[in-house]
Amino acid sequence: MIRSSHRRALALIAAAALAGASGSALAKDPNLGRNLAATCANCHGTNGQAVPGSGLDALAGTPRDKLLQKLNDFKTGVKPATIMHQISKGYTDEQLGLIADYFAAQK
Amino acid sequence: MPNLNQFNRRDFIKAAGAASVAGSTLGLTACAGGASKARGHVVVVGGGYGGTTVAKYLRMWSDRGIDVTLVERNANFVSCPISNLVVAGYKGLDDITVSYEGLKTHWGVRVIKDEVTAVDTAKRTVTLAQGGTLSYDRLVLSPGVDFQWDQVPALNNADAQGKILHAWKAGPQTVALRKQLEDMKDGGVFAISIPKAPYRCPPGPYERASVVAAYLKAKKPKSKVLILDANEEVISKKALFMKAWDDLYKGIVEYRPNSQLTDVDVAGKTALLEFDKVKADVLNVIPPQRTGEIAAKAGLKLINNRWVDINWLTMESTNTPGVHVLGDAIFPAPTMPKSGHMANQHAKVAAAAIINLQSGQEPNPEPVVMNTCYSFVAEKSVIHVASVHRYDAEKKQPMPVAGAGGVSAARNELEAKIALGWAKNIWADMLT
Ligand SMILES: Cc1cc2nc3c(=O)[nH]c(=O)nc-3n(C[C@H](O)[C@H](O)[C@H](O)COP(=O)(O)OP(=O)(O)OC[C@H]3O[C@@H](n4cnc5c(N)ncnc54)[C@H](O)[C@@H]3O)c2cc1C
Repeated sequence: MIRSSHRRALALIAAAALAGASGSALAKDPNLGRNLAATCANCHGTNGQAVPGSGLDALAGTPRDKLLQKLNDFKTGVKPATIMHQISKGYTDEQLGLIADYFAAQK
Repeated sequence: MPNLNQFNRRDFIKAAGAASVAGSTLGLTACAGGASKARGHVVVVGGGYGGTTVAKYLRMWSDRGIDVTLVERNANFVSCPISNLVVAGYKGLDDITVSYEGLKTHWGVRVIKDEVTAVDTAKRTVTLAQGGTLSYDRLVLSPGVDFQWDQVPALNNADAQGKILHAWKAGPQTVALRKQLEDMKDGGVFAISIPKAPYRCPPGPYERASVVAAYLKAKKPKSKVLILDANEEVISKKALFMKAWDDLYKGIVEYRPNSQLTDVDVAGKTALLEFDKVKADVLNVIPPQRTGEIAAKAGLKLINNRWVDINWLTMESTNTPGVHVLGDAIFPAPTMPKSGHMANQHAKVAAAAIINLQSGQEPNPEPVVMNTCYSFVAEKSVIHVASVHRYDAEKKQPMPVAGAGGVSAARNELEAKIALGWAKNIWADMLT
């Protein structure tokens, strides 16, 4: 019987291992996701913490799949936008994945 | 004069102590990077869009391992973006002014209000106008632009520059230009002279012409806005600007391409063009520009004797490694604008590279930067231009990603809200 604190710790280790695996497979620089996500900060706030009341979406803590879906929908034109359809096309699918990873991990 | 180097060392030791505590509790993060913590002292010259961003991100991404000193001649940050709304009377100078306090208290950046007058790249020191020197392991210059007054000879003195304004650096000039417009009679002519590209903020002059036209249309409807453009055509968001002038300011805005300024008659408020003279009631001259003087003084290699040649993986000067240059001062990559947004993006490439280099790692081999510029064509109507630039290893510079970027479908009110939200977020990304 695993105590809940242990379970949490195991989940954390598993998540870290996963993040590490996907990171190292794609990225030559271990901070590639961080660097790519920083290109979003001008509008969406440092580490995705948009200024409250600024009218722009805070991305910090958005679940990875949800954010990636949104970015892909912008990129493919499924989701209408003022500007994100043009910006998302500038990033490869791998890069969008790293960005989504990074923001999902922010509190 | 305090011994600044000694002060640094003390800070450095404090930071090192804090870092080893953090290091022991953050085993996971340390494993992911696999590198030793970055150290060293970085001096940043210029507290504008590039300089503030690099100062903050160096502290944040190095876990405060890198010591940062920022030298800025002005007491507060005053933003050029949104400053055209001050010229038009929709905002005040307070709305575009942010203090450096957040960088000091939140990020532990040492901010010195002073001017750097010389750089000794061999000794790795900078000289301050008020006396003393600072030594650095790496230097970052984000000095923005300075004006090529020799190309507008009559304006090559302080007295003339106080009468014929540029307002192309935000601050007292912005307020003074507003005052000239307020004092102008109904039926007056506001003429704005635009230099040949490249200059700071390609759409900025057209934005200014538009919002000044909006103000005049509402308050002094017999007046005119005359755009004297040295370029062959509107160089940014052309169709959208021309449509706004046609739809909103017919009979007010007149656009004249190929109108290069040769000089000015200061007393007569007259723009002297090659084959013409244009008398105005308010004459606004945006002079040709080059890198901020300090980068030229430092002996960095310039292209066309104007812009600093850099290595795009590290943002270092090509002839002076260890000196990184950001923002308007650099020779831009293809289609890359001189914008605040872009200076902020340069700063993040530089911060990541400096941290890697200071911890014995290669810089990121595939940096990406992107740009967004919003322009107001009326108080509540905005158009954007956007682009994404990805490093091309063969060309050794970032290239615009084909198929990405573009402009607004049409001017709209939603983006007027977003533009102000952009400003709030980028100022926070730089300064808090
Ligand atoms: C009217 C107008 C509208 C604009 N609108 C937009 C916009 O909507 N969006 C956008 O992205 N960009 C816009 N821009 C462009 C933007 O302002 C610049 O591209 C940006 O400021 C460049 O950043 P920088 O760090 O290179 O220079 P700056 O932001 O100019 O910073 C340079 C700083 O260095 C200081 N400095 C220089 N030399 C020294 C020295 N020797 N010692 C100490 N301090 C020194 C200066 O005082 C200054 O504070 C606009 C510009 C103008 C004029």
